Amino acid sequence: MIKVQNLAKVFGAKRAVDDVSFSVNRGEVLGFLGPNGAGKSTTMRMITGFLPPSGGSVSVGGFDIVEHPIEARRLIGYLPENAPAYTDMTVHGFLNFAAEIRGLRGDARKQAVSRVVDLCFLESVLHQSVETLSKGYRHRTCFAQSIIHDPDVLVLDEPTDGLDPNQKHEVRQLIRRMGEKKAIIFSTHILEEVDAVCSRAIIIDRGKIVANGTPQELRQKSEWAGAVTLRIKGVASSAVTAKLYQVPLVKRVTVVDDKDGRVTVRAFPKGEANGKLAQAVGEAVHEWQIEQLQAEEGRLDEVFRSITMPDTAKEAA
Amino acid sequence: MNAWRNVWTITKRELGAYFTSPLAYVFIVIFLLLCGFFTFFVGGFFERQEASLVRPFFDWHPWFYLFLVPAVGMRLWAEERRVGTIELLLTMPITAWQAIVGKFLASWLFLALALVLTFPVVITVNRLGDPDNGVILTAYVGSWLMAGAYLAISCITSALTRSQVVSFIISLVVCLFLILAGFPPVINVLEQVAPRLVDLVASFSVMTHFEGFQKGVLDSRDVLFFLSVIGFSLFTTSVILRTHRAG
Repeated sequence: MIKVQNLAKVFGAKRAVDDVSFSVNRGEVLGFLGPNGAGKSTTMRMITGFLPPSGGSVSVGGFDIVEHPIEARRLIGYLPENAPAYTDMTVHGFLNFAAEIRGLRGDARKQAVSRVVDLCFLESVLHQSVETLSKGYRHRTCFAQSIIHDPDVLVLDEPTDGLDPNQKHEVRQLIRRMGEKKAIIFSTHILEEVDAVCSRAIIIDRGKIVANGTPQELRQKSEWAGAVTLRIKGVASSAVTAKLYQVPLVKRVTVVDDKDGRVTVRAFPKGEANGKLAQAVGEAVHEWQIEQLQAEEGRLDEVFRSITMPDTAKEAA
Repeated sequence: MNAWRNVWTITKRELGAYFTSPLAYVFIVIFLLLCGFFTFFVGGFFERQEASLVRPFFDWHPWFYLFLVPAVGMRLWAEERRVGTIELLLTMPITAWQAIVGKFLASWLFLALALVLTFPVVITVNRLGDPDNGVILTAYVGSWLMAGAYLAISCITSALTRSQVVSFIISLVVCLFLILAGFPPVINVLEQVAPRLVDLVASFSVMTHFEGFQKGVLDSRDVLFFLSVIGFSLFTTSVILRTHRAG
């Protein structure tokens, strides 16, 4: 549904987005990750046709966003960053306006408005002016606007920003449910969201795509992937480390914690351990009192840091 | 058909926005007070002893509009940019033109309403004497067209900035120029300094073109002048909005 090819945006001397290509199909939820200022919002603004690209192309449902902007925009629902809404209108008035400008009239409009009011839990504030809403409600009002015409494509710029944990959960549920039938792209810098919602994730840093894959695949890139964490009671840390180094699959052992007679260590595998490390470690230390033995899956935040941090370190030097 | 539907949707929203804020009521009250005060006291409506609205009433309009129209137009785009709703508006399935025209129409209709509400003056002059109502109607049309020209200029300045105050001041200065280019004292000075430029400069003035309407003459050149100022200004607005987004 969304096809982005060699997309670029130049602001003065700065390349905000540099040669970005990806596509999102129906039934996919694409998470767009990256540090602040990496070019996430700029990319989304080009996909929705707000900013014209400096190079490359975007097509939505087969319509080029520059050549056929109206047809393409009809298919898109867009939640801009910071969820702007007309502050002088009531929630009801605002949603009516959004429905009308999307071409919904009469009964179709009423139905569309009441549907999104239910979906986004706006009933209690329906006749309140947007200006007086709390941030969470304002966010949901703008979100409601983006799904009012039941679009095939949803572009959501930080949809859970500023919401409380319960609201975050609700919005994630909603995105995941809608993702079954739509093509969704959403940006976030909350990594747990990627696991909770996305079928695929892209990490973008300083305008370039630096990683692209399922959350599982991204996690594999973590040096933690395949490591084993072990907690043992009543043995000195040096003894545990020495023992683990005797296991052939172990490449490196680090002591995570050592207090109250409990030692927590982490063993990293040599090459591809294929999940056998946990068993090997377990066998090696079986005569000790094992409190915990856990195979690590790899962590997204660690992957995120290792991908986006080295560059900033270089820049500082 | 669809295009006008979109324009009308925008116009309705903008009109609604005027009346949910106190701005509309404040504006209308001030405009009517100014009209009444200047017509009857400063303009010497009664002392003139003639059944005409031209000098005591319509003469003041270019000056009222100088302050009031930029106040009506200043929020049109500046507010959208400040709040960020411009990003919503311009990613809706409508063209930038439809949004521009819709917003302009809303403000222009609002000014029409304010003008219509001056009807007691017309009733008064009809009660007291026997004026030429054709002239009065033509002058009203001219006044509305002139307000539209000021308003379109305010659209440009509003699109230039996210600050309403800056927008107000710039459009006030531009509109002042449009008045002064045809203001008799300025014309007199200009006649002595550069007599050949007088006609050129004066032809840019709203005063020159409003004059005809006040006499009851519906000259197509005057109508065309105001309409082309409006058209040109709205076009400039669209260019500004586009280049602003191009970064």
